[in-house]
Amino acid sequence: MKLNLRVWRQAGPEKPGKFVSYDLDGISADMSFLEMLDTLNLKLVGQGEEAVEFEHDCREGICGSCSMTIDGNPHGPDRGTTTCQLHMRRFADGATIHVEPWRAKPFPIIRDLTVDRSALDRIIAKGGFISVNTGNAPEANTTRIGRDLGESAFESAACIGCGACVAACKNASASLFTSAKISHLAKVPQGHPERKQRVQAMVAQMDAEGFGSCSNTGACEAACPKEIKLENIAEMNREWARSFFVRE
Amino acid sequence: MIGKLDSRIPSGPIEDKWTQCKFENKLVAPANRRKHKVLIVGTGLAGASAAASMAEQGYQVKVFTFHDSPRRAHSIAAQGGINAAKNYQNDGDSIRRLFYDTVKGGDFRAREANVYRLAELSVNIIDQCVAQGVPFAREYGGTLTNRSFGGAQVSRTFYARGQTGQQLLIGAYSALMRQVGLGAAELFTRTEMLDLIVIDGKARGIVTRNLVTGKLETHLGDAVVLATGGYGNVFYLSTNAKKSNATAAWRAYKRGALFANPCYTQIHPTCIPVSGDHQSKLTLMSESLRNDGRVWVPKKQGDKRPASQIPVEERDYFLERIYPSFGNLAPRDIASRAAKRMCDEGRGVGPSGQSVYLDFTDAIGRLGAETVAARYDNLFAMYQKITDENPYKVPMRIYPAVHYVMGGLWVDYHLMSNIPGLFVLGEANFSDHGANRLGASALMQGLADGYFVGPYTVGNYIASEKQTVIRDDHEIVRSTLAGVKAGNDKLKAIAGRTPAETFHKRLGKIMWDKCGMARTDAGLKQAATEIAALKKDFWSDLLLPGDSSTLNSELEHAGRLADFIELGELMCRDALERKESCGGHFREEAQTAEGEAKRDDSNFCHVAAWEYQGDGKPALRHQEELKFENVKLAERNYK
Repeated sequence: MKLNLRVWRQAGPEKPGKFVSYDLDGISADMSFLEMLDTLNLKLVGQGEEAVEFEHDCREGICGSCSMTIDGNPHGPDRGTTTCQLHMRRFADGATIHVEPWRAKPFPIIRDLTVDRSALDRIIAKGGFISVNTGNAPEANTTRIGRDLGESAFESAACIGCGACVAACKNASASLFTSAKISHLAKVPQGHPERKQRVQAMVAQMDAEGFGSCSNTGACEAACPKEIKLENIAEMNREWARSFFVRE
Repeated sequence: MIGKLDSRIPSGPIEDKWTQCKFENKLVAPANRRKHKVLIVGTGLAGASAAASMAEQGYQVKVFTFHDSPRRAHSIAAQGGINAAKNYQNDGDSIRRLFYDTVKGGDFRAREANVYRLAELSVNIIDQCVAQGVPFAREYGGTLTNRSFGGAQVSRTFYARGQTGQQLLIGAYSALMRQVGLGAAELFTRTEMLDLIVIDGKARGIVTRNLVTGKLETHLGDAVVLATGGYGNVFYLSTNAKKSNATAAWRAYKRGALFANPCYTQIHPTCIPVSGDHQSKLTLMSESLRNDGRVWVPKKQGDKRPASQIPVEERDYFLERIYPSFGNLAPRDIASRAAKRMCDEGRGVGPSGQSVYLDFTDAIGRLGAETVAARYDNLFAMYQKITDENPYKVPMRIYPAVHYVMGGLWVDYHLMSNIPGLFVLGEANFSDHGANRLGASALMQGLADGYFVGPYTVGNYIASEKQTVIRDDHEIVRSTLAGVKAGNDKLKAIAGRTPAETFHKRLGKIMWDKCGMARTDAGLKQAATEIAALKKDFWSDLLLPGDSSTLNSELEHAGRLADFIELGELMCRDALERKESCGGHFREEAQTAEGEAKRDDSNFCHVAAWEYQGDGKPALRHQEELKFENVKLAERNYK
């Protein structure tokens, strides 16, 4: 395959950035999108130029490192697919492809396609946990959880923290990310003692980081590589309202 | 040179050793813990759980990861599950049985006492994780469910679909982030450890590089805990994440920590086969698939018919044929070698002939596609994305690939290396899996080490040592920092023509061909010569653009690769000296008539622990004899 890539290059957070055009030849349809970028980097480095900095690690769609917008879509054109699991057979020979970093104010660009997503960790640090010190746990089967509820909690917990939901949202809202954790922990009984503080603290941190509001367009759900459902946001809103009216 | 290795195994019956150890341990009073600083490197299962637990205990914890977030560590990619001797399935499981299976699975090359403790702690791990909200799979009645994994005849593997590692890591990560939020643990992301600071023979700190600004820093403390994972990427192609590396462990080795059994590599039988030269990594298909998938090749050599046109009587379900009592769930090393033998006989399938079928047709017929999907759909979907083939319609094609390393830094029963104050947890140490790890045991070990062992034994060390105050201006702190800077400058100064990636692929090919699934005396000697030539080329022709004061993944890669090259040399040397076959280490000269691994207990029933002697000098081989008092040394039989 032949490709024309337009890759966002930016030397640092305060530096100006721009799309740079690269022509690539000999790309195999069996390559993953990241292997295609590896090929570009090998070519650039071989010419003594600086490699395009992009985040990646497991290349199995689970670590949540990859974070690039491809032709306007976070993680590219396929539903439920991270960039590392996107393959070049999905593109036409001779295609022009635009690659750029997540665009959101709370995700400052570090270099090229790499952004700082530590805001998401700070949201988790405010309440995305169950306070149980090591050694405090009761025997596992004393907590019984119905199979369907367990599966539903799993589906919320499947979030990989990549930030595609934020990148897809016109308001750069982190509601899908935050709500996935809140609903995972609201669904299981172990999470109930702290549910009131949890939702309030996490939502407050989400706002403090500068993420925008949710306007329910569902762009986040469409972009999510793990297909986390919009219902999680409704669940978060219920938890939030509940936290003011229900006495624990 | 160091003296005799002391494994510090407590006396008494094996069931009581850990209790005895905890009782004998000195304690640090709660109010005094805040005066002590522990540096924890790595935030995978072992590192995150240790950091959370020690911060909960009240120590000052500094925790480091080269990722942008602790949640990215490669533990996240573990698919199938975690073992625990709960006996929830009422099938006769017990701590002793898990202990026995693990010792036997490791081909009698692990330390009994460590393995017993691991089995003992396995039950606490499940309790802890459930309390954290980890959504394990459950029965309709609400209790936890299990599945089977290789090398066991009981069902003891807990799982969360095909994403168990993710869910366990998110549990440990949440516990860690809670401590970070409380100010009890200080988190350093995008920060890579590049050297160990050893003062008065004790580990007192680390040198790190901030990967964004390039700034080199020193961090000092009372103890250093390495939980930095394995070194499978020495093979270039492996199922490890791209950035997994040996650098922290290797630099500790060069400061005097012993490296144990470096040649023990796990080659996992069920990975998606290589499709071309562009391939950057290999993808595992979970062992859990062998619960329902049947592995086969055609009986005839060179049979090019599509799978669906080969009648059942012309198929060889070779694992079921050779190992009837374990069948498709034979342990990993055994299953991998059997697959290789089939391909070597010319019965492999697929375009390259380097793969075998993993077929779900019978399972779909028996259970229905819906049940199969409920169990494995995420794996089937991943397979389809990568190969463009639908495993519901045509059998998967799989081939063995490097997956895990049993070797690692040598540690005693306290998980402390021979450098006092340097603790090593999880895959980075060598301690529990012998020469072959059983499926679903890596998660168990990472969490046992991090939640339940390290926090006690590090505390005992802190309580036992009177530490002098060390400051940043200490001569050794400054010289260690200067050494790291000089190392980076040296890489930059080469100014050659070949990118790191090219050298890495070359190293990987040497290692896979000559120190992979089958090893020979001549091949290993040849590998040593080839790696020496590669090393020379690397240090004279590396091309490294960009500068070291910004994010520069080429510089990171080059530094890690320099260490992989040296580690590759040591692996070949270790494999050459171990003139027996055991577990994942298969020397062609040592095999039974059926082609199985043949141990030599009279000469090699020991751990080989290597001591660094300086650049260009051969490492020194030490031995820790292994005693089997609770499990009888026997030929490993899965037939």
